Amino acid sequence: MSRALPRTSNARVASSIAFTVLALILSVGAYVIAGFGKRGELPATFGLYATIFAAGYVGGLLVIRRYAPSADPALFPTAGVLVGLGFAMIFRLSGGLAAEQATWIAVGLVAFTATLMIVRDHHMLDAYTYTIGLLGLILLMLPMVPGIGQTINGARLWVQIGPLGFQPAELGKVLVVIFLASYLNQKRELLQVATTRIGPFRLPPPKHLAPVLLAWAGSLAILFVQKDLGASLLYFGIFVVLLWVATGRAAYLVLGLVLFAIGAWLGWVLFDHVQLRVDVWLNALDPEKVFKQGYGQLAQSQFAMATGGLVGSGLGKGSPGLIPFAATDFIFAAIGEELGLLGSTAVLLLYVVLVGKGLRIALEVRDGFGQLLAVGLATMIAIQTFVIVGGVIRVIPLTGVTLPFMSYGGSSLVSNFILLALLVRVSSGPAPTRGAI
Amino acid sequence: MERQIRRLGVGLLALFLILFAQINYIQVFAADRIANHPANALRLLRAEYEVDRGSILANDATTVLASSRKSSGDLKYQRRYPLGPRYAHLTGFYSFIFGRSELEQSFNDYLAGNAAELLPQTLADLVLGRDKRGATIVTSLDPELQAVAEQAAAAELGDVAIAVVEPATGNVLALVAEPTYDPNPLASQDPDVVRSAWDELNADPEKPLVSRASDELFPPGSTFKIVTASAALENGFGPESTWPNPRELDLPLTDATLQNFGGSHCSGGAAQITLASAFQQSCNVTFGEIGLELGAEALAEQARAYGFTAEAGEDVIPFDIPWVSGVFPDAATFEQREPAVAISAIGQQDVATNVLHMALIAASIGNGGVMMEPNLVTEVRDPTGQVVAEFGPEVFSEPLTPQNAAALTQLMVSVVDGGTGTAAQIPGVSVAGKTGTAQHGEGADPHAWFVSFAPAGAPEVAVAVVVLDGGNLGSEATGGQVAAPIARTVIEAALGV
Repeated sequence: MSRALPRTSNARVASSIAFTVLALILSVGAYVIAGFGKRGELPATFGLYATIFAAGYVGGLLVIRRYAPSADPALFPTAGVLVGLGFAMIFRLSGGLAAEQATWIAVGLVAFTATLMIVRDHHMLDAYTYTIGLLGLILLMLPMVPGIGQTINGARLWVQIGPLGFQPAELGKVLVVIFLASYLNQKRELLQVATTRIGPFRLPPPKHLAPVLLAWAGSLAILFVQKDLGASLLYFGIFVVLLWVATGRAAYLVLGLVLFAIGAWLGWVLFDHVQLRVDVWLNALDPEKVFKQGYGQLAQSQFAMATGGLVGSGLGKGSPGLIPFAATDFIFAAIGEELGLLGSTAVLLLYVVLVGKGLRIALEVRDGFGQLLAVGLATMIAIQTFVIVGGVIRVIPLTGVTLPFMSYGGSSLVSNFILLALLVRVSSGPAPTRGAI
Repeated sequence: MERQIRRLGVGLLALFLILFAQINYIQVFAADRIANHPANALRLLRAEYEVDRGSILANDATTVLASSRKSSGDLKYQRRYPLGPRYAHLTGFYSFIFGRSELEQSFNDYLAGNAAELLPQTLADLVLGRDKRGATIVTSLDPELQAVAEQAAAAELGDVAIAVVEPATGNVLALVAEPTYDPNPLASQDPDVVRSAWDELNADPEKPLVSRASDELFPPGSTFKIVTASAALENGFGPESTWPNPRELDLPLTDATLQNFGGSHCSGGAAQITLASAFQQSCNVTFGEIGLELGAEALAEQARAYGFTAEAGEDVIPFDIPWVSGVFPDAATFEQREPAVAISAIGQQDVATNVLHMALIAASIGNGGVMMEPNLVTEVRDPTGQVVAEFGPEVFSEPLTPQNAAALTQLMVSVVDGGTGTAAQIPGVSVAGKTGTAQHGEGADPHAWFVSFAPAGAPEVAVAVVVLDGGNLGSEATGGQVAAPIARTVIEAALGV
């Protein structure tokens, strides 16, 4: 094996170095340009942040080389460009947020390294199906615990322990995907059995439908209790997609869509805030409503992107400060304003690359668990990106989720780095033992 | 499972295609409509002031009429006018509340860096993270002449307007109008300062925002005899053509008569008078006769050739800033109004103009009968100093044959040498000119005019001056006494004598 690999390995090393250097240039370059755009000078923090990026990216490269040498060379740099562009925008919006984000990038890279070191083979995770599932569930439910749970911006997503605030669901999401991949891989033969026919669709026996209904109920619970539309949609979407991929039964997809429609309708009937979201979505630019509570943020994101036009105002030259939550949920609109259609298109293409790489990994990996894990993680990036970007640009009603790798926020960033590490692990296969290098 | 994964890839790609379609819609197809939403005004304003707006310079490409500098306020750049009121009617103002005027408005595409010629430069700025920079506008204005004209105008009581034009090119070398205003408070970033300055300017009965040199019209009085004389020359009546010389002219259809200035009798009461003598002495009676002889049709035709329009503001002679050129009504409006033809022929009643237009007319005579379009901006330079646009001389019309232009020049020289305009004489320089003393309304002091060019043989400047409401001499004012000395001062400065 060690004789067969060198050629591809060398090519892999060369391209991963090239990609990483490119990501580093783009990241630090965007940050420096944002500094010049805003103040007309090199940012005072240049030395510090350039060092963090250089050390982080080169470190990431070395960690991958050491623990996952056969990984796809483009995965880490692609995410790196997204992190760098997001950081440049956050820096341009607020120096204080940038300092925090830089810290989280460093923590995220440590988490990335730790994940690759600990999870030496993704099959290790398959052994702890229910432990991981339970852990994920606990993380999702943690904000509900009286005393430590916090409601911020109308959603109960935060946990506050002492000075430390975080959103456990961000990590919970990744654990849920691992659990689903493991669980569905084990149960797929059962779930494939079809006995009932409804029209052209064959359904498995009712007792095997239970997990679908359970997941649906869980998603609704998240929607009802935590009032978190985005997460609800995300979980249910990932679950249905994984179920369909695992079983090959399109019926699950159709059933999922029907249940989703019922859930959406229920939400609309039962909750004023869902009705408001829909009305904001449809009438954000209505001159009568544009100044009203709730409408302004979506109107501002439209204005920002339209004013940015084809080439944008240039980093540091627009007014993304006028967009509420510009550093978190609306960072895509801020990018659209300052980098124009060219920038927003480039960002979306990077996500397409990331998702495409994830699915490519799923096609190449041999085992069912690895396949479903890669599909789940890629689907999570895709749906989350679609939900937040689609919300920001008024394709769908806005639901607050972060834009993976770009939005400001520690929990989200660290979880995304862990997710990235898992994709890298699946694509690489088991870590080499020390002697093999 | 592989089939599902491939299908999933197609499905997810479809979702992304929806996003791609929508960002193209927002950022390109509907971008203008969305960006111009009233609720987006603040962002557009900030974006506008993110640009290092280009300077407006005098013809030496050094004297700064308007420029931008970094501001410590909410908006990034602050517009300033170092010479304040002196060029306000030309540069205009740049206000974040009341918009733009004059060159700030008409050359906004260049100044704001939006013109197509500037694209390579602005793209480079964008990529390098530099502020977008606008182009520099170089004007034809001569800073020394403008200062001299301003001082000469200030020395006279009442409002004075002066236009100085280069005959061969139509370049406007100076344009002064009193009263003027300071554009700096209007460009302030403090809304209170802007509003109070604006309210004050608009409440002022003198209307300082309106230029007396180019935005308003006044009866030209006898300076219009240049046009009437042109019509006579073009219609075969030479300088030596003779006309009856009564003390007063009976106007047809009425009891009224037309009299010479002060009721005098031209040429000592001789029975006949030549066109040349009548022009030199500015005889109203003779020019009334000429007007009646030529008829409204011929007068209107000659006036059109000089750029007079039938109504104010229609089809004005092209200029780099908005203006109003002179008015001479359609011939048809004179039907059954023959007295009006005679009175219009001496520049009263239905005729109105301003110094910019009269300077262009004088310039066209000096230029051999070729009238140039007025020109204020000569070139545009990108931020690196590269010239990206040049605006050369453009011919507007040919109101006179070269022979008739030479003949009319001689008539105008005689006015200064020994007629009503002797106050404009300059030793060693042959000055061509025509005086005017225009009545306007009962009891109002007359407007005193002087229209000229020099040196007569090969003119370098054409100067038109109007002193509104008589100036220092009030009701006793004449163009020859009040306006001609101002013109002389300006011509001396222009020729360096």
